[in-house]
Amino acid sequence: MRNIDDYRAIVGDSVVDNLYLLARQLGGTVVQNINSTATGGGVAEILNRMIPLLNQLGINAHWDVIKGGEKFFNITKKFHNALHGVETDFSPDELEHFLAVNHQNAVEMNLYGDIIFIHDPQPIALIERRPEIGRNWIWRCHIDFSRPQNDLWLFLKNYIERYDTAVFSAPAFARNLSVPQVLIAPSIDPLSDKNRDLTEQEVQGVMEKFGIDPEKPTVTQISRFDYLKDPVGVINAWKLVKKYIDCQLVLAGGGATDDPEGEQVLREVQEAANNDKDIFVLQLPAGSDFEINALVRGSSVVLQKSLREGFGLTVSEALWKERPVIAGAVGGIPLQITHKYSGILTRSIDGTAFWIKQLLNEPEFAARLAKNGKEHIKNNYLITRHIKDYLLTFLSLFHKDDVNFFH
Amino acid sequence: MANLFHFYTEMGLVELLGKKAKNLAELLEGIRTVPGSCIYHHTHKFLKQHHFLSPEPPNDFAYWTGSVFGDELLSETLAAVDIIQFRSIRNLREKFITTIEEHLNQGFEDRNVFSGYEFHFMSSRSFVIKTGDEAGNLQEFLQIIKKIDTHALYFHIFEARIRLERADNDFSYWLASELGENELARRIAHIDPYTITLEGLRKKIVNLIEERLHA
Repeated sequence: MRNIDDYRAIVGDSVVDNLYLLARQLGGTVVQNINSTATGGGVAEILNRMIPLLNQLGINAHWDVIKGGEKFFNITKKFHNALHGVETDFSPDELEHFLAVNHQNAVEMNLYGDIIFIHDPQPIALIERRPEIGRNWIWRCHIDFSRPQNDLWLFLKNYIERYDTAVFSAPAFARNLSVPQVLIAPSIDPLSDKNRDLTEQEVQGVMEKFGIDPEKPTVTQISRFDYLKDPVGVINAWKLVKKYIDCQLVLAGGGATDDPEGEQVLREVQEAANNDKDIFVLQLPAGSDFEINALVRGSSVVLQKSLREGFGLTVSEALWKERPVIAGAVGGIPLQITHKYSGILTRSIDGTAFWIKQLLNEPEFAARLAKNGKEHIKNNYLITRHIKDYLLTFLSLFHKDDVNFFH
Repeated sequence: MANLFHFYTEMGLVELLGKKAKNLAELLEGIRTVPGSCIYHHTHKFLKQHHFLSPEPPNDFAYWTGSVFGDELLSETLAAVDIIQFRSIRNLREKFITTIEEHLNQGFEDRNVFSGYEFHFMSSRSFVIKTGDEAGNLQEFLQIIKKIDTHALYFHIFEARIRLERADNDFSYWLASELGENELARRIAHIDPYTITLEGLRKKIVNLIEERLHA
C-alpha cells in the first residue's frame, strides 16, 4: 500500500506538510463515503486510493456501498445517459423504484459519519435521513453535468439542495443552486501503474511486443472506441501527416465487449485503417495500465481528439509523462492545456494534422510544450491536490467565512 | 525585544457561483454583482496556479476576453490593470467595470461566444493556517523565507494586502515596526509581485535581505 509520504519525492515536502496541517484542523473527524459500487469505474478507483491516504493523514475515513438490484442499476444507468444529454424517458415506476431502493438503504445503513460524503446520483436520496440524524452532508458529482435532461435535473435538484455542499468537477457543470458549489477537479496518481516512471527498456519492451518500431515517430491516442473520441478523425489526420512524414499511429483502448456501439466504432476504425502496417489498432484488456503507460511514454505526440469530453484525464496522464499533447478544445481539456504553451488545442481534422506535422518537425518546441504541461499537471492535477481539496471542503462545513484563520 | 513574526500558509477552496457570461455585457454585469471573493479569485488564481513557470496573464478577465472572446485590445487593457495600486477588492472591481464600460462605449463589438466557451464566475475561500515557523531577527527571517512554502509567501504578500486590507504586506510591516528595518521594508514593498512568479519573488526578497545583512 502506498504511503502519503511517498509523494514527497514527487510534489515536494511542503505540499505533503500542508496536507498534514489541514488534516490536523479536522482532528479525527469521521468521514463516511458512500457510493454504489466497490469495484469498477472511476469513483471506486479514486476511493480505493484516497481512503488509505486520508487515514494516514489522521482523518477517520470510511467507505460504504449501497445495495441495489439489476432494476435499480438499469435505472441509474439511464440517469447517467440523461445527465450526459441523451434524451431518455423515465416512467413514474422507475423513479419510484429508485427512491424505494434509496429509502431501503437509508433505513438499513448505519450512517455514522460526522461528514456523510455521497458520491454520484445513485445514493443521492439517502439525504432523507438528515432531519432525523443531522450531520454534515456533501454530494459529489463525478460525471459530466453540463447538459442534464431538464426533468431529471429538477428531480435531482430537489435532493441536492438538501445537502450542505455540492461538488462538481468542472466550472461548466455548475448549476443555479441554493447551496454552495465547490469545484474539485479529478486527478491522477503519479505512483499508479498507469503513471509511474518506467525505464527505457520497459517502454521499448512494450512497443516491440505490439510490433511498433521504437525508432520511428509515433502518434498515439489512448481512448475507448467511441464516436465522441473521433478515432476515425484521428486516422484521417494521420493520413494527412503521413504524406510528408514517415510515422506510425497507435490507437489503443479498452475492448468493445458488450457495448454494441463500441463494436461498430471499432469496425469503422479498422475499415479506415485498411490494414496499413503503420497503424496499430490495439484492443487492450482491463488492467493494461502498465502497457498504456509505456505506449504513451514511447510516443512522439499524443492525441486526444475528443469531440465531447467530461474532464479528459487521459490528457493529464500524457502531460504528466512529459509528452507533447494535441487535444480537442472541449470539456475539461482547456483547463489542462493552454494553447501553444502547455500543449495544442484543435477543433478539426486539418488543424490536428497541421499541428502533428509542426510538433514532429520541431521537437524542441514540442519538448517545451511537454515540459510546461508536466509542470501544470504537477501543480494542479495530482492526487495530492485532490486530497487537499477534499480536506478544505470538509473544513468549509465548519468554517464559513471568506477567510478562515487557524492559529 | 521584537515581537516574533509568525508564518502562516494559505490554501484556497474554489466555489462555483453557477453564473456565466457569454458576451462582454454579461461579463460586465457579472463583475458588478458577484461577491468580492469572486473578483479576488479571478484576479489572483493565476498567481497560484502557474507559480512555477513564467508569469501568465494576471487575471481571468484578461485571459477570457483575449483567448476566448478574441478582443486582444480589451484583454491587454485588462491585463495591464495595476493591481498593486489597489488597496481593496472594492476599488479593484470598480476599475474592471470602468475599463470594460469605456471599451464598449468606444463602439467595440460585443457578441456571443459559442456555447461551452462562456466565462464561469467562481469565488475563493481561504483557509489560513499557522505553520509553526517564527522569526525574531533578520537572520532567522531569511532562513525561513528561503525554505517556506510558496503558499505562505502568497498569503503574507498578496492576501494580507488586498483581501484583509492591511496597510502593507506583512513582511514589510514587521520589518519596519519590529526591527526598524525601514529601508528594507520599503524595498520589499516596492516590488510589484503581480509581474513575477512566486519563486521569482522569493529570490528577490532573499537577495534584498542578504544585501542588507552584508552591507
